[in-house]
Amino acid sequence: MVEMVTRPYASAFEAYALAHPEVMCLSADLTSSCEVDGFRDRHPDRFLSLGMAEQNMMSFAGGLGLAGFRPFLHTFGVFLYRRPYDQLMASVAYPRRKVRLMGFLPGITTPGGMTHQAIEDISVMRSIPNMTILETGDATEVESICAAADSVDGPVYCRVLRGSVPRLFDTPIEVGKMRELSTGSDVLVVTAGITTEEALRARGALTKAGISIRHLHLNTIKPFNTEALLDHIAAVKHGVVTLENHVTEGGIGSLVAETMADHGVGKRLIRLGLKDTYAHGGSRPYLMHYYGLDATALVAGIERLIGTRFGITDADLDAVRIDAVHSVAKAEAL
Amino acid sequence: MHNARATEEVALGIRRRVFEHTIRNNGGYLSQACSAAEQLAWLYNEELNIGEPTLPMIPTPFVGVPSAGNTAYHTGAGYNGPAAPQFDRLFIAPAHYALAAYATLIEVGRMAPEGLLQFNKDGSSVEMIGAEHSPGMEVHNGTLGIGLSTGCGLAVGRRLKGETGRVWVFMSDGEVQEGQTWEAVQAAANFGVDTLQAICDVNAQQCDGAMDSVMDVRDIKTKFEAFGAVVAEIDGHDITAMRDASRLSHPGQPLIILARTSPYQGMSHLKRRFPRLHYVRFKSDEDRAAANAAIAAELGIPAVDYVH
Repeated sequence: MVEMVTRPYASAFEAYALAHPEVMCLSADLTSSCEVDGFRDRHPDRFLSLGMAEQNMMSFAGGLGLAGFRPFLHTFGVFLYRRPYDQLMASVAYPRRKVRLMGFLPGITTPGGMTHQAIEDISVMRSIPNMTILETGDATEVESICAAADSVDGPVYCRVLRGSVPRLFDTPIEVGKMRELSTGSDVLVVTAGITTEEALRARGALTKAGISIRHLHLNTIKPFNTEALLDHIAAVKHGVVTLENHVTEGGIGSLVAETMADHGVGKRLIRLGLKDTYAHGGSRPYLMHYYGLDATALVAGIERLIGTRFGITDADLDAVRIDAVHSVAKAEAL
Repeated sequence: MHNARATEEVALGIRRRVFEHTIRNNGGYLSQACSAAEQLAWLYNEELNIGEPTLPMIPTPFVGVPSAGNTAYHTGAGYNGPAAPQFDRLFIAPAHYALAAYATLIEVGRMAPEGLLQFNKDGSSVEMIGAEHSPGMEVHNGTLGIGLSTGCGLAVGRRLKGETGRVWVFMSDGEVQEGQTWEAVQAAANFGVDTLQAICDVNAQQCDGAMDSVMDVRDIKTKFEAFGAVVAEIDGHDITAMRDASRLSHPGQPLIILARTSPYQGMSHLKRRFPRLHYVRFKSDEDRAAANAAIAAELGIPAVDYVH
């Protein structure tokens, strides 16, 4: 049974910020939702409440950056690029301010529906020059996200998990380095964020069915280690399946597709994720199943790639479920 | 560098220089010099506590945008002196005032007159809409309404660092149509930022024409006060009034000086174009020649000898 960690960001941010006096904690009225309420209460001199005014917060952070601070902006991912996109470009990205955009509730990890679900954030951020993109997939990555983000000479957007988060890894994020979770030879599976856990669930059943999976977990989406990906693609027989908590346009599926096209890789690619659709409000397991972001969808994608049915059922996947995440953690509250 | 010339004289120099440039280039952001000349002259010639320029008198060409690999990159802030703790900083929030701002740098001896020959030329850093790398600029402000927020963040940051220098923002009244302006004032008041000052060119016009015909903004003095600023409302061509306004006590609050101005001040020939004054274009050779003769006479200089 995997270890579940409660609010890993809260203590990790506090420890990091206290060791780095030029880090400032900013929030836009979602302070407890982003797990920095304790920090606010204990270190009010390091916390700035910007209220529900994200456009001002973005340019204000640019000004703080000019003064030599490294502001960490805490709000839901959607509010870091949809409303203040113009300010993000002019005040943060263009001048390469060391602003750390901590985007909580990535993709369908919120029951808040369309207005709360950052489903195209990676696509937007990938197209912004000077931007670095990191994504957390477990508690260890959440615990190391502050140091990883703050090591970047420029702006960084982070997809941060909150609440009860499984621990899948025992080493911190190394910016630019993908995790090789298995080194099979039939199919390459590429995941990031919460879809990595789904792939781990599927892998057990697929192995039993005789399929050898090579599995990569991405925590650094931009910049991207193209050469490493190409080596992994070359090492598998059938092709690549990507699974992302994001629309399939502009995210890691597109990243892999572009890499393959740019280098003339003649293997098949199946991109799983939100297929040109918004999601609605609901629990994470429901949404992952409904929109095809879960282990079941991954198995179906691999079957499609290989052209063989493995006869794997939902019951088989439940049998190898690696933890009790979804029974312990209630659907994320707002 | 202060007070080598009277501020009135600097303001006249700004108008003359922008006028000559506009006639030579067959168009330009001319009315901004009419409305803002006294404000920019006063800031640079009297009010700002800034050091000697750190960049060459003739601006170097464009060296590329900021990127991880561009080690040659720098902003244009060096024309306002070094970013030392005791010195003031200035943002020109409406970046289309760049021509008037460059003319100001020349009039106060911070840029060579030849610098303006590079205006809007390919490969030049002296861009038409002031960029981060343009002389006198430190941040991009071409998207209107972001300047005051940036100033607020910088002022809070400088206060945290114990720096004594102030932050000045030169604004334009069109920016009050943007919601972000109000977010910024609200934040400045919330954080008790009294090292943030703005002077706003209230010329009551915008790109589409007179502001009240585009989007009426009503009583902005009362609105700014309600959002938490100390506000002075003055004749924006009266430098004594500007000096008095800047001395208003505003502990724990930002100061906003609303400088009510005329977009054809000093160039009454332009009045016939009102309210289409955002960018002055000449419709014909005759139009250009008539403007050249009339405005040159009013500014007390010979008509511009331009290439037809």
